[in-house]
Amino acid sequence: MICQSCGKNNATTFVKTIVNGVLSEYALCPECAKQLGYSSFLSDFDFHFGNLLSQNRDAAKAPDLECPFCGATFEEIAKSGKVGCANCYQVFYDRLLPSIQRIHGNTRHQGKRPGSAALVLRPHADVSRPQELVAEKQRALEKAIKEQDFEYAAILRDEIKALTIKEDGEDA
Amino acid sequence: MLKWYEKAGTEDGVIISTRVRFARNLREYPFPDRLTLRQREEIVEKVWDALSASPIAQGFSRKNLSELSEIERVSLVERHLVSPELISSPEGRAAFIYEDESISIMVNEEDHLRIQVMQEGYNFEKALELADQIDSLLNEKLSFAFDSDLGYLTQCPTNLGTGMRASLMLHLPALQESGSITRISASLSRLGIAIRGTYGEASRPVGAIYQLSNQLSLGLGEQEAIDNLKDIAAQLLEREKTARKKLCENLTVQDQIARSIGILKSARLLSADEFMRLVSNVRLGISEGLIRNVSPEAINALTIHVQPATIQLRSGKPLSASERDALRAQLCCEGLPG
Repeated sequence: MICQSCGKNNATTFVKTIVNGVLSEYALCPECAKQLGYSSFLSDFDFHFGNLLSQNRDAAKAPDLECPFCGATFEEIAKSGKVGCANCYQVFYDRLLPSIQRIHGNTRHQGKRPGSAALVLRPHADVSRPQELVAEKQRALEKAIKEQDFEYAAILRDEIKALTIKEDGEDA
Repeated sequence: MLKWYEKAGTEDGVIISTRVRFARNLREYPFPDRLTLRQREEIVEKVWDALSASPIAQGFSRKNLSELSEIERVSLVERHLVSPELISSPEGRAAFIYEDESISIMVNEEDHLRIQVMQEGYNFEKALELADQIDSLLNEKLSFAFDSDLGYLTQCPTNLGTGMRASLMLHLPALQESGSITRISASLSRLGIAIRGTYGEASRPVGAIYQLSNQLSLGLGEQEAIDNLKDIAAQLLEREKTARKKLCENLTVQDQIARSIGILKSARLLSADEFMRLVSNVRLGISEGLIRNVSPEAINALTIHVQPATIQLRSGKPLSASERDALRAQLCCEGLPG
């Protein structure tokens, strides 16, 4: 399908909207989607997910793992960009993590948790404990290198670098 | 009872409304794309039961999407109560709506629950507080899918973590006129924040109304994400205001504003597109002191009431396009002071 905004590129982002009282769907290429603010994270995500899949295809093929709860395979998740069920996040944790890291730049939840009576508002100072964070990322980096996930390793290396520079700066 | 969009908001003339929504999923069901119709209906019942058992149950009404007419469904979107996605396939989907239309709980959209709170003007505090309370109340009866590292688990990994999207509806005629929105949009996307048109087709925002929202939800708390958004909003506000001052010194622009309010008050036929264009000029005129006897909340309410489906809903019968245009013109004439 061709992008309905530029009429040139292939459309990858689909936007549902109401125009003059009628439900319509628009197909946009990544470039136009970005320009119009429908960007980035969703379309990048599909993009990376596709890439990720092709890179890991050999690894992914060997055991064609199915989520025992909902029956989703990693291939289906990668194709649709949609996870099958809560359990899938455990079953495919290692394979989903690099994409989650790329989308959010982070893999550690901060904020409300179920069961807490109301939102615990965390002051900013509390959010990061640099040393602990660096140590944690260091461990993840070693693991990524061992598993030859160099793309993820590069991201982690940059993050560690950024964190240590910031820390040095604060010490000075 | 006054609807939220009929109340007066903050008077900066740029921020029209504030919205906070939480995505939540029930632990014991697959995510919506993998549900059978029966499972979807079960979930609608479970969420409704949980809501009914809570102390806030009184003010909510239940809308089963498949039982509504197309006009009713589209009107829900026009009033920002549900997403276009929700009405695109109505079977096994529902929305629970609070009487002043400030709270809407969508069931079986992209996630099992989307808890959404809208407030007039600039009011993240109230919106977050309400969304938080409703989430906690529902959580007493429902078990939400959660992972201590990944946070609330969602069908699309882009919503992991807090599951929160916070957004502002902004009127940015001067920045649109100067052509800087595209550039701003590109630089904001690097900060994990998106700006996009709210009305009209994807490629052509009508009425210079934009939505600013956070795109990141994992790794930063609700308050932190909102603080980031507020920082950006403050900068945008500043730039828009400066650009407006300059724009409104121009006699041609002043003339357009004066003509726009004139047409709105005296036209006999008004299409939705023309209405949105004129109203954009009128909003600008009000905020710059060029139009004095019209209140922003009158404009906000009118904008909702004259949308193509909502206008038919309020008139109680289906109308042709030209009948709508005539009624729209009549409502403007009555709703704006002579």
